[in-house]
Amino acid sequence: MAVNRMFRTCPTTGLLFHEPAEKLMRWNAVAAAVSLLLGGILAIGVVLTRWQAVHLLPPDMFYQVLTAHGLNMLVFWIIFFEMAVLYFASSTLLRCRLAAPNMAWAGFWLMVTGALINNYSVLRGDSSVMFTSYAPMGAHPTFYLGLILFAVGALIACFVFFGTLVVARAERTYRNSVPLVTFGAITAAIIAVFTIAAGAIILIPTFLWSVGLIEHIDSLMYRTVWWAFGHSSQQINVAAHVSVWYAVAAIVFGAKPMSEKVSRTAFLLYILFLQLASAHHLLADPGLTSNWKIFNTSYAMYLAVLASMVHGLTVPGSIEVAQRAKGYTQGLFEWLRKAPWGNPVFSSMFMSLVGFGFLGGISGVMMGTEQLNLIIHNTLYVPGHFHATVVVGTTLAFMGLTYFLIPVLFRRELAFPAMAKWQPYVFGLGMSAVALFLMGAGTLGVPRRHWDMSFAGNAFPHEFPGAAWLMMGAAGITGLVAIVGGGMYLLITVWSVFLGKRIVGPGFEHVRARDGVAAAPARPVAAAVTGYGSAGMVAPGTFTLAMVFLVAFVLYYFINWKYLSTVWPLK
Amino acid sequence: MTISSTAERVWWKEPLERTELVWIVIALLWCLIMFFMMPYWHIYGQQNLANEAYRAKPADFAKKAEEMIAKYKVREEGGDLKVPVVRPPAGSDVYLVAQLWRWYPILELEAGKSYRIHLMSMDWLHGFSLQPENINIQVHPGYDHVLTVTPTSPGTYSIICNEYCGVNHHTMASRLYVVK
Repeated sequence: MAVNRMFRTCPTTGLLFHEPAEKLMRWNAVAAAVSLLLGGILAIGVVLTRWQAVHLLPPDMFYQVLTAHGLNMLVFWIIFFEMAVLYFASSTLLRCRLAAPNMAWAGFWLMVTGALINNYSVLRGDSSVMFTSYAPMGAHPTFYLGLILFAVGALIACFVFFGTLVVARAERTYRNSVPLVTFGAITAAIIAVFTIAAGAIILIPTFLWSVGLIEHIDSLMYRTVWWAFGHSSQQINVAAHVSVWYAVAAIVFGAKPMSEKVSRTAFLLYILFLQLASAHHLLADPGLTSNWKIFNTSYAMYLAVLASMVHGLTVPGSIEVAQRAKGYTQGLFEWLRKAPWGNPVFSSMFMSLVGFGFLGGISGVMMGTEQLNLIIHNTLYVPGHFHATVVVGTTLAFMGLTYFLIPVLFRRELAFPAMAKWQPYVFGLGMSAVALFLMGAGTLGVPRRHWDMSFAGNAFPHEFPGAAWLMMGAAGITGLVAIVGGGMYLLITVWSVFLGKRIVGPGFEHVRARDGVAAAPARPVAAAVTGYGSAGMVAPGTFTLAMVFLVAFVLYYFINWKYLSTVWPLK
Repeated sequence: MTISSTAERVWWKEPLERTELVWIVIALLWCLIMFFMMPYWHIYGQQNLANEAYRAKPADFAKKAEEMIAKYKVREEGGDLKVPVVRPPAGSDVYLVAQLWRWYPILELEAGKSYRIHLMSMDWLHGFSLQPENINIQVHPGYDHVLTVTPTSPGTYSIICNEYCGVNHHTMASRLYVVK
């Protein structure tokens, strides 16, 4: 079988694109966008129903729409996009051919088939079981089958990624160590492998149960194994979006990591500790001891949290260093004030970082504390938290990367540039507000996945305080703003990709393996950066922001212990 | 840059920037403090989960609930629903059944007294959510989850379900009374 060795060089960035890899990246990105569109339309149904002034959908349809929204967003949109990121981080950044493109296509079509089958199952109406599908609440067999096929397809893509790393090494297309972004992608791919393994361990038996071949699925066992899959899948997203942050820092500022050692070790911590940290989903469950819960959510989880806190410093820190080198040295924050806030690639990335850290991270660690979990488990606080992490964090970062990929990968001019400038703010700020209001409502006890917080017609209705209703209304309005932001992104990207002005550049040419070998490295650049910081701190502005973050974290954390102390004594 | 391969082959011998080192140390200390808070609260705090749970059959649990109701029922509420309200003695075992789609029975407890509350579902997962206290616990079929609670102030409380359990999930709401 002839190996495709057609490559093209991007005239603006110098990146080398392998023809099959480029095609796969495009198709995965399009599949991602279609999933995002579907998920976004479903979001309208969710928002306008939970906003009880509108209460748009009837209960059965609401639960159906909510199930589909979760699946299309959390699974299909994000993972299709991540496959594109994996191919970019391997073939493109390492300047080599993609290993086994046919396998990659098989993986892609399996993912598409799985996504279609899973969506079909929810469309049927008998599989409104939410993304978590907790046994013994069962769905139609096609629900599980669709997810299993999707997961297998993603696993194949991960192995193509690993194979491409081997090709790059064998054909010597890069020198020394892989770029940091590739390292982050490797982290994501490794986590993906054991995530999918955990998913298989739980979903295959559950599928067999749904067709009657297995008699009983224990609910506690299901939750424990499912969350080993469920939480780890979120960490794939974190590793991926942190890699995107580093990529954007390099693309927009030419920033170099402050320390390869620190950033890479932080990625390594994600791999080592994440799966154990999944325990934080089980803190309110019987049958698991406090020792197990505390060990997993502290020793294990905190080391992953530490890694995120490190990236939270090193990414903006590297930008500050690059900016100071360019002359923005006035005061603590000139580097940030004079950053290109009108460039949607940058503004997305920075809002993603701040939103993920302040809103998502702080709330997540609070919830993951054994006793504090009691006051928010299964309330709207939980979706509030994860809309900050996965939407403001991962999705917004991916949106920012798309604006870079449209000219570079798709070779089209960005359509509606004025709208593109505003889109990250509409989406990012809108969604951040949603997260805040949902968390507020959850703190007041409003349940998640719930059709009627007024309990109309119920013999024993509960009356939530007025503040809770206010939060829900505010979440409804800001939810619509965020949906508009998402719509803007889809309009810009779809229009650009299919109707945008083509950028003329060199086409694909055959490159022999020997011509792809990387040149010997130039004499290494002088170590570290000197003279750009103050008081020996090379990134004082970032350090200040990190301390603000820490103060917010400490305060919020202890405020919640105070809340807990007012609750009935329990033991 | 992060998108190009490293300048040095051996990147792990690089020195750290001082900013990074200081931040890592601070972050690690904070993580240790958060870790210690949990065992600390187990010793000195008043709100902890009991870690007491038993595997049991739903039918047996339902039987214990019925026995309790027979002994301590004080009235019925909810009109046609005729939900029994029970007033068990302080320190006793109290059984609360979660079922698609109701909580059964209604408990009437005394402020300042402790009770061993047993939670189990007869069918699917449910979420015990006591409002406005905002105590939220997972209720499994086949697992008897035990907690010793001490209601503090008298009043009318609600128990709602916050673990999605199907099309009538939002109708699953009940009461809990605390009297002087």
